[in-house]
Amino acid sequence: MFDFTSNFWPWFITVPSVVGILAMWWLVRWMNKKPSDGSQLDGKPLDHVWDEDLVELNNPLPSWWKNMFYATIVFASVYLLLYPGLGAWQGLLGWTQKGQYERELSKAEDTFGPIYANYLEKDIISLSNDKDALKTGRRLFNNYCAICHGSDAAGSHGFPNLTDTDWLYGGKPENIKASITHGRNGAMPPWGQVLGNEGVFNVSEYILSLGGRDTNPTAVAAGKKKFSQLCVACHSVDGKGNQALGAPNLTDKTWLYGGSQRAVMASITDGRGGKMPAHKDFLDKGKIHVLTAYVYSLSAGGKE
Amino acid sequence: MTATQEMYNYKVVRQFAIMTVIWGIVGMLVGVYIAAEMAWPVLNFDTPYITFGRLRSLHTNAVIFAFGGSALFASSYYAVQRTCHTRLFSDKLASFTFWGWQLVIVLAAITLPLGITSSKEYAELEWPIDILIAVVWVTYAIVFFGTILKRKVKHIYVANWFFGGFILTVAVLHIFNSMALPVTMLKSYSAYAGVQDAMIQWWYGHNAVGFFLTAGFLGIMYYFVPKQAGRPVYSYRLSVVHFWALIFTYIWAGPHHLHYTALPDWTQSLGMAFSLILLAPSWGGMINGIMTLSGAWEKLRTDPILRFLIVSISFYGMSTFEGPMMAIKTVNALSHYTDWTIGHVHSGALGWVAMVSIGAMYYLIPRMYGREIYSLKLVEWHFWLATLGIALYIVAMWVSGVTQGLMWRAVNADGTLTYSFIQSVQASHPFYIVRFVGGALFLSGMFVMLYNTLKTIGGAKAIEAPVVAPAAAH
Repeated sequence: MFDFTSNFWPWFITVPSVVGILAMWWLVRWMNKKPSDGSQLDGKPLDHVWDEDLVELNNPLPSWWKNMFYATIVFASVYLLLYPGLGAWQGLLGWTQKGQYERELSKAEDTFGPIYANYLEKDIISLSNDKDALKTGRRLFNNYCAICHGSDAAGSHGFPNLTDTDWLYGGKPENIKASITHGRNGAMPPWGQVLGNEGVFNVSEYILSLGGRDTNPTAVAAGKKKFSQLCVACHSVDGKGNQALGAPNLTDKTWLYGGSQRAVMASITDGRGGKMPAHKDFLDKGKIHVLTAYVYSLSAGGKE
Repeated sequence: MTATQEMYNYKVVRQFAIMTVIWGIVGMLVGVYIAAEMAWPVLNFDTPYITFGRLRSLHTNAVIFAFGGSALFASSYYAVQRTCHTRLFSDKLASFTFWGWQLVIVLAAITLPLGITSSKEYAELEWPIDILIAVVWVTYAIVFFGTILKRKVKHIYVANWFFGGFILTVAVLHIFNSMALPVTMLKSYSAYAGVQDAMIQWWYGHNAVGFFLTAGFLGIMYYFVPKQAGRPVYSYRLSVVHFWALIFTYIWAGPHHLHYTALPDWTQSLGMAFSLILLAPSWGGMINGIMTLSGAWEKLRTDPILRFLIVSISFYGMSTFEGPMMAIKTVNALSHYTDWTIGHVHSGALGWVAMVSIGAMYYLIPRMYGREIYSLKLVEWHFWLATLGIALYIVAMWVSGVTQGLMWRAVNADGTLTYSFIQSVQASHPFYIVRFVGGALFLSGMFVMLYNTLKTIGGAKAIEAPVVAPAAAH
């Protein structure tokens, strides 16, 4: 596409704009003039007739309408003098939408900045008992987090529950803060090709047996063998996972993508990709700090 | 009448007039259904073909281009023949525009639910259909301007200025906005990129409103209002000023759809300034329409067809006041992306476009069969159902839109947003139900119209009328 950088374009914009506005002024004036012979403005029909009975009167322009037209033309002209509009003309006020945005932002910073600066000085555990901080945290949560984790923070399929004590990446204040600040990428690779259908079934049997569910011992034994080759690197030998990697504990009753055999087999076959977005680029440190305290407060005091 | 007496081509007018009623019902039915989906989302039944996202473009295409388009074809073909005192330029080409346009509509009804879309608002149809539209439209221009050229009177009647301006400009808008690089039969990419694509889109989009839905329907007003009222047009010189000012100014107004976006500041300012100037040219049309009734106001009491026409002009005045106001950046910062926009569009689309079309069709259809309308009482019913429906619709969307705008911008003492997005959705929910009821009332009026139409033309023979000799100048 063109980027219209030549000096010709500002004139191409300005000249038709100004000429157009002037032409409208002239058009109203012209049509408002009484005809030189003094006729035709008395509400009598003009002498053209169409389709048997269609005729036109030639009443004068209503003066309120004419004045309103002039007023909008004057307003538009003054506006285009004050604001950027006529090509490269910047406007007498020097206004830009970027400038307006930055002014509003810095005003907000002046008003609200001290509140968060104050919070930043407190540690997260004490903030998690501060009523005002929690109120602010809840509002931030509703706007930034609830769309995935739910307004009750209980999560849903693929989105972790934040109110229990089960944490993929750890539930200590610094873990939560890191999750919010930098985001997380959970990557479970697909094993369907490697294991085949039967292999996937066996591994799923083994995994379900870890949680004490009814399973077929032969399949469990075969699955355990595969598990110890392929899965332990992340989920660890006892299947309790590894928070450093975000690998979930497979021995409990918490299932991010469902705990039915079908769901577990789907996770093994096709893998899973979980993405928690990084918030550091649109939430400042103070807000992340308060939000961390709120999330920490949700999980029964953040018990590990 | 001698054997060589020239007749008007009523066939194509009749075809388009009947299809106006049919497509009106289809388009509004889809609209009512998606309004119900907004209130009760379960109604999409997890079926992709009937989700809001797909049916919404079917609704807009059906009401604007199928219903509004057919009304414009019917009334312009009728008015241009009658006011030029000659038969249409070419029967074959006119017939091609009818069948071509119906094909476009059918293709739209198939492709849009399938999710085949160029994703440009009001121009969603994919490139092969776009080409068909262009061919039909150029043919329409040939028929229309060909008829103007062979007219038997010196002066061109004012309705034809508006029809002509509408036909020419829509051709230019459609062709330039639809420029695209096809990759398959069903997929293409816009020839424009980024914010330039957005600007071309809204140059098109706003002028679809300005020329398709305004200039064209002003053409309808200028023929059918003086005819139905039996009164002369109020002011010739007013029509000159507002015609030229309107068609000139509309072209600049598109950027007000892109306030506070990546569009450069100068473009936004120009769009806003010209949108404000547009108020007077728009109201010039309203004055000319309503004042045409001066000296015959009592007819409004007894003639429901005239009432459709006059109330439509009032809605036109109202929405063309609202439009410039919403184009002001400060107002737009509140109204943009809210239901207020939907309310504004529908006060124009239902109040102005649909009402004036309905009035014109009530005038036209009986004349195509040499009969009186079957029941004026039912026209009266239709009028009140439509008016009540519009009132509910617009008020619901105003309240919902302003509520949304205020909730989105509300800030707590700690700088956080007072409401989450879902809370604004909850707040809008009751108004979505009211909007559904309003739409359903308007639609039920259309069914009354269909019944009245069928009763009027049932068993009647279509007629052709002889061309009227031009009146001698006096």
